[in-house]
Amino acid sequence: MRLTLRIWRQRGPEQPGTMTAYEVDGISEDMSFLEMLDTLNERLILDGDEPVAFDHDCREGICGACGMVINGQAHGPERTTTCQLHMRHFSDGDTIDIEPWRAAAFPVVKDLVVDRSAFDRIIGSGGYVTAPTGSAPEAHATPVPKPVADTAFEHAECIGCGACVAACPNGSAMLFTSAKVVHLNVLPQGAPERESRVLDMVGTMDAEGFGGCTNTGECAVACPKGIPLQSIATMNREFLRAARRAPR
Amino acid sequence: MTSYTAYQTGEPIADTKAPAGPIEERWDRRRFTAKLVNPANRRKHTVIVVGTGLAGGSAGATLAEQGYHVVQFCYQDSPRRAHSIAAQGGVNAAKNYRNDGDSIHRLFYDTVKGGDFRARESNVRRLAQVSVEIIDQCVAQGVPFAREYGGLLDTRSFGGVQVSRTFYARGQTGQQLLLGAYQALSRQIAAGNVEMHARTEMLDLVVVDGRARGIVARDLVTGEISTHFADAVVLASGGYGNVFYLSTNAKNSNATAIWRAHRRGAHFANPCFTQIHPTCIPRSGDHQSKLTLMSESLRNDGRIWVPKAKGDTRAPGRIPEDERDYYLERIYPSFGNLVPRDIASRAAKNVCDEGRGVGPGGQGVYLDFADAIARMGRDKVAEKYGNLFEMYERITAEDPYEVPMRIYPAIHYTMGGLWVDYDLQTTVPGLFAIGEANFSDHGANRLGASALMQGLADGYFVLPSTINDYLARHPHDTVDPQHPSVTEAVEGVTARLEKLLSIDGDRTPDSFHRELGELLWDDCGMARNATGLRKALERIPELRDEFWRRVKVPGGGEELNQSLEKANRIADYFELAELMCLDALHREESCGGHFREESQTPDGEAARDDDRFSYVAAWEFRGTGAAPVLHKEQLVFEYVHPTQRSYA
Repeated sequence: MRLTLRIWRQRGPEQPGTMTAYEVDGISEDMSFLEMLDTLNERLILDGDEPVAFDHDCREGICGACGMVINGQAHGPERTTTCQLHMRHFSDGDTIDIEPWRAAAFPVVKDLVVDRSAFDRIIGSGGYVTAPTGSAPEAHATPVPKPVADTAFEHAECIGCGACVAACPNGSAMLFTSAKVVHLNVLPQGAPERESRVLDMVGTMDAEGFGGCTNTGECAVACPKGIPLQSIATMNREFLRAARRAPR
Repeated sequence: MTSYTAYQTGEPIADTKAPAGPIEERWDRRRFTAKLVNPANRRKHTVIVVGTGLAGGSAGATLAEQGYHVVQFCYQDSPRRAHSIAAQGGVNAAKNYRNDGDSIHRLFYDTVKGGDFRARESNVRRLAQVSVEIIDQCVAQGVPFAREYGGLLDTRSFGGVQVSRTFYARGQTGQQLLLGAYQALSRQIAAGNVEMHARTEMLDLVVVDGRARGIVARDLVTGEISTHFADAVVLASGGYGNVFYLSTNAKNSNATAIWRAHRRGAHFANPCFTQIHPTCIPRSGDHQSKLTLMSESLRNDGRIWVPKAKGDTRAPGRIPEDERDYYLERIYPSFGNLVPRDIASRAAKNVCDEGRGVGPGGQGVYLDFADAIARMGRDKVAEKYGNLFEMYERITAEDPYEVPMRIYPAIHYTMGGLWVDYDLQTTVPGLFAIGEANFSDHGANRLGASALMQGLADGYFVLPSTINDYLARHPHDTVDPQHPSVTEAVEGVTARLEKLLSIDGDRTPDSFHRELGELLWDDCGMARNATGLRKALERIPELRDEFWRRVKVPGGGEELNQSLEKANRIADYFELAELMCLDALHREESCGGHFREESQTPDGEAARDDDRFSYVAAWEFRGTGAAPVLHKEQLVFEYVHPTQRSYA
């Protein structure tokens, strides 16, 4: 198929960006969206132009590196990551707009590449269980009921891609943060740090410049891993509970 | 014939650190004899860790917890994205929770046998011993493993074994284990104990007065070249499967860190031992940029078959039961669909070579869940494999609940890597290699769910015990940034990048990478022979010369330049590919994933030659295109006696 791509080009964080149009031809419906961009980039190199920069790595939908806003939707029209979106979901002659994640806390590095290091700092402020190597008790010492383990897993599936932030009109990171809070707070292993975890992670999230949550729900719709919107409600409850208990 | 193949055999090498005595006491003995660093002195020592996968992430976190100052690097934008995250199936551990006859000794035995008797017994025994602690550690971190209704951990079976010892988190075990290590690492970063450099790639090793003392790295955003010094350097940069271009590795996984270390004196062991995974989604066209694995765990319940008749193009549902060949169940009745990977891959190649392959180009076999769905119900199948089925459908637009999956083998893992001793130290003092970057534990074939086990064993438990000994025995001093070895390394890196940018030829970096990959797949892939390998050894240097004349890298060096990153990695692949082919040519036997067509049993199985090749081939670099020197480490089997592997 033949497509018109309108892609956000921006040389660096301080330079202004612009939408630039490119025509691509011979696109197979079996290509992934990133393979379609590979095809464009191969041509741009031979034409003496700069290829479009974008983050990607595993191309299996699990590392969370890739992500672009495609026709106004984070990761495009299907509920998956950009690398797992295939061209069969587009039609010959389509015009496709491709932009980076747009959020105050995710500054553009170049073209479609953004800086998501704020996510790492949120995790570093409490998204862990303090269990230094060698100190662990026997794994079967604490049984975890299967429904609890399943809930933890469902939230632990987050890949940290940032689609939730990109989809949110407020640029909020509530879904990302709540996924980790719920994963660890429901487990017995996470219980000792239950309160400090939610207070510290929410504090870091706010300090990093993410917006507030207004229950729009776009985050959960865009999430390629299906992190439930309810996790935000659970985190709010955890936060209130912790804030009440915290020593003043 | 090029002079490259006229290699010399040098001094044999011995693993001098493995203690003698009963094998079950060796690790404890080594830990006791290793010198310790006083806790108060540890913060004065800096350790560089390159890579943040299971091995690097766990090592960085653990060393920092012990009190060392860790400086860590990853090329990704976050340490959470290392490719360990894509491991699907599980992690082995000899917990014997199933009461099915498992033990540390059995895991040790299975791993040595699965590796076709080309691994070191002491190391494998230690791996099996440490495996049980890994599960405890990960559970304590909050890794959400699959559990039974009683709240205890669930396990499943993997290829090459007859017990159920694989712990898993649906089809995302690697992700959950990696996030556990990443979270532990993040805690240490926030505490100031780890200085993390994301989007920074190691481009050379700094060796001063014979010891590894640092690295030269490039900031991938600004292009700045910097040097970092330490008392020891740990490479946890993963394997080199991407040399084949099409593999299940992440697109940016690369061999530059280990190859640069090899050029600086670290011997490279068994480079031809590459693992071809039997269950990957077949390629769909020339645009293919990578291959996607379907977890081996699917072989627990899926049945592999092809039509009995050649050229049978009927839809799978229209082929009656008695016209199907469940060839693994037929040839290997006791292991059936759960034979080791090398055997399953070769069997798939054989039936496709016979003209019985399915799908476009006949390059595929069916992996059928119809019986499993009938037996367990669709919901149970979805619970076990749901995410894998979804991924398959997304890529192929076919619903595996309705039609069988089509699969084909693909490059997945590399058993070869930097040679290390029992302490995981390379032949460069102060340079350690852990996880897939080293060669140590899997012999000529890795069993499923053992990569996660080895990465975490090395990072959480082995390296943090052995590196103390090195640090305690060497003087703690600073490196002079003006030392000639340092300036030489920095100038070398800068010159090479400038060269790549200045060629301004007429071919893209990827076009070279694809060509090299196809060449390797054809001549150094699932089956190798002397004629093909010699042909490849002639072609690779030509292609390398062409690369340095014709590659076109747009943009500059002082900015985010993904084409430059790629070209720089591909340049190293040419040299590595040459060594792989030489190693494959020299090893005139078949073992595990290394199948020499000249060396097979009457049934077409791999025929080892223990008299001539029961050794680790460790190659010493002597210059680009110059014949390397072969150092042999003789393998001694005191506990698991080499036999012809039988899975029938």
